[in-house]
Formats: sequence, structure tokens, C-alpha cells
Amino acid sequence: MNVVIMGCGRVGGRLAGLLDIEGHSVAILDTDSYSFRRLPADFAGTALVGDGMDEEMLKKAGIEEADAFVAVTQADNRNIMAAQIARHIFNVPKVVCRIYDPLRRELFSSLGIEALTPTTTFAQMLKDKIEGVEE
Amino acid sequence: MYIIVIGGGKVGFYLAKALLNEGHEVLIIEKDPLKTEFINNELGSICIRGDGSEVTTLTEVGTGRANMFIAVTGDDDDNLVACQIAKHKFNVPRTIARISNPKNEAIFKKLGIDVTVSSTNVILEDIEEEVPTHPLTHLLDIRGKGLEVVEVKIPPKSPTIGKKVKELSLPEGSILTLIIRQKEKPKVPTANTTLQAGDQIIAVTTPETEEALRTVLRGL
Repeated sequence: MNVVIMGCGRVGGRLAGLLDIEGHSVAILDTDSYSFRRLPADFAGTALVGDGMDEEMLKKAGIEEADAFVAVTQADNRNIMAAQIARHIFNVPKVVCRIYDPLRRELFSSLGIEALTPTTTFAQMLKDKIEGVEE
Repeated sequence: MYIIVIGGGKVGFYLAKALLNEGHEVLIIEKDPLKTEFINNELGSICIRGDGSEVTTLTEVGTGRANMFIAVTGDDDDNLVACQIAKHKFNVPRTIARISNPKNEAIFKKLGIDVTVSSTNVILEDIEEEVPTHPLTHLLDIRGKGLEVVEVKIPPKSPTIGKKVKELSLPEGSILTLIIRQKEKPKVPTANTTLQAGDQIIAVTTPETEEALRTVLRGL
């Protein structure tokens, strides 16, 4: 599978490593080259410095041949915009992004953007821990 | 009209001021507390501190009854998302987004934003108009019709000088609509109008034939 990831934070970097080990072809974008320190030392994919909301940059990362696109930068709106470009401009078959704000996620899910919200899941997990609920 | 403005920077501030002067009900949403305070001191209490892409904030300010929603922050993504929420969640009839990257114009259209204003393009067009040597100037895009109004100046040594309009092989889809000459009244050219050096020609063309039109008129 060809995968393009936008945002090389802890999550993006880790995901890139996991996919790379399984033999997928991964391109990862970040506006700060310092973020690429999070990639595993033996990472065989492509790391590109650039903005994932820019069409040209996405093309460089191989978005036109991509089977999946993942947007996991710190900012919800950047993720939403990039995901919509991947989905509606480049017709990438599988697009997933992270949206911290649950209400925003709800709205954009209804507009056809698949998103995960760590906020609600994680808050619930913390609550369960405090209350001693067994997993 | 009730108009909501997202972003209380310079653009948002002066925009709100102008809209207030026209008698509209205006509300600005701004993240920064200092900017919020400044606007409220200057323009009366019309600014609330908050995130323009947050459904809760937008509900609070009654976005559902807004006639127009204008997002003018410096970030294209924030403007896009705010407008999409206003449109799809609150059914605001008209959404306008400011964009900084001109390439986003087409993307925003495709994603359902009614109007985009590209400050970069506006400034570029002004510069083109001010630079006299520029061979072809964009005056106006006819929105959604694939046509544009351009201005071409006939240079002093162009081989077109002395030719009649009917002798030019104008590209299909291009038409000369007006000739402006110094010390003469602007006139609508006919097939028999002869071109002179220094003529300013206003033409309607398509983006595809623009280059061919320029070549025919300037002979370069």
C-alpha cells in the first residue's frame, strides 16, 4: 500500500514506522524537519519537509498514487482541510484524520470525512482508571 | 443584516468598522484576549473571545440567524473550516472566506464556500495594473463563466500597427471590446478599425486563449 502521512509527531512518526516495517511504501510530511527525529533509524520511506495543505507538496509526496492518506498534525483545522483535499481533489480511496474537538468531528463525519477523536476515548479511559473499572 | 466576522486582526477590524457604518449588526469572534479588548474599546462591545471553528461558540452567538458569515483570519484552514461549519451546521446562506494561498481558490469553491477573496491575487492585480510594461493585464474574471476581461497595450514597434481588426487572426473565444487612445474618446472597434501604436485594447478572452491573444496583438 502507498500511504501519505501528514504530521510527524509522536503518532504520525510511530504510524510511519509501523507501516514501514510491514513493507508499505510510506511518505511522511512535516513543516519542521526536526520532527523527523521521531522516525525509526531504519525508516525506509520518504520524509519531506512541507505543508500537507499544499497541492504541489502533496503531489511530491505521491498523493496521486496513494491508497491511503492520514492527517495527524496538532491542529484540527489543518487536518480537516488536508483530509478534504486528499478526498475531494485527489480522490484517495482511504482518508483518515485526527480531530480533537468531538463536535467538529461529528459535523465533518457527516460530510464524509473519516476521523478519530482521541479526546473522548482517552477521557473515558482515564475516568475508568480512577474509578477502578477493570479493562 | 446580521453578519459574523471570524478574526479580529487588521482585516477583521476594518471590515467590521465598515459594515457597522453601513448599519449592519456585526459580531467578531477573536481568539486573542488583547485584540478582543481593543476592538471592544474602539467599536463598542461587538467582539467576543472564542474559536470561530467551535460549534459551542458559534451556537452562543446565534449563528443560526446570521445572514452572512465572513472568515478573515490569516490561516486558510481556519477560514475554510469555520465557513463549512457555518454553512452545514447553521445553514448560513452566504459564507465568505479570505485566502492567502491563491491556489486554494479552486479548492475552496469545490468544498462549497460561496465566495473567496484572495488578498494575494488582489494585490498582484493592482501591481500588474501599475506596471506599464506589463504586456497583458487582468482586469476582471467573469466568475464561473470561464471568461476574463484583459487589457493589452500595442507596443511602438508591433507588426500589428496599421492592420485592420479583420486582418488579425484572433483566437477563437476572444473579442476586442474597446480601444482607448490618448486624446480620443474610447471606441468600440469594428472590423475596419485600424490599430495604432499605444492603443489600449480591452478584450474579453478565455484563460486558454489569453496567451494567443497577447501574441496576435503585440506581434511577439
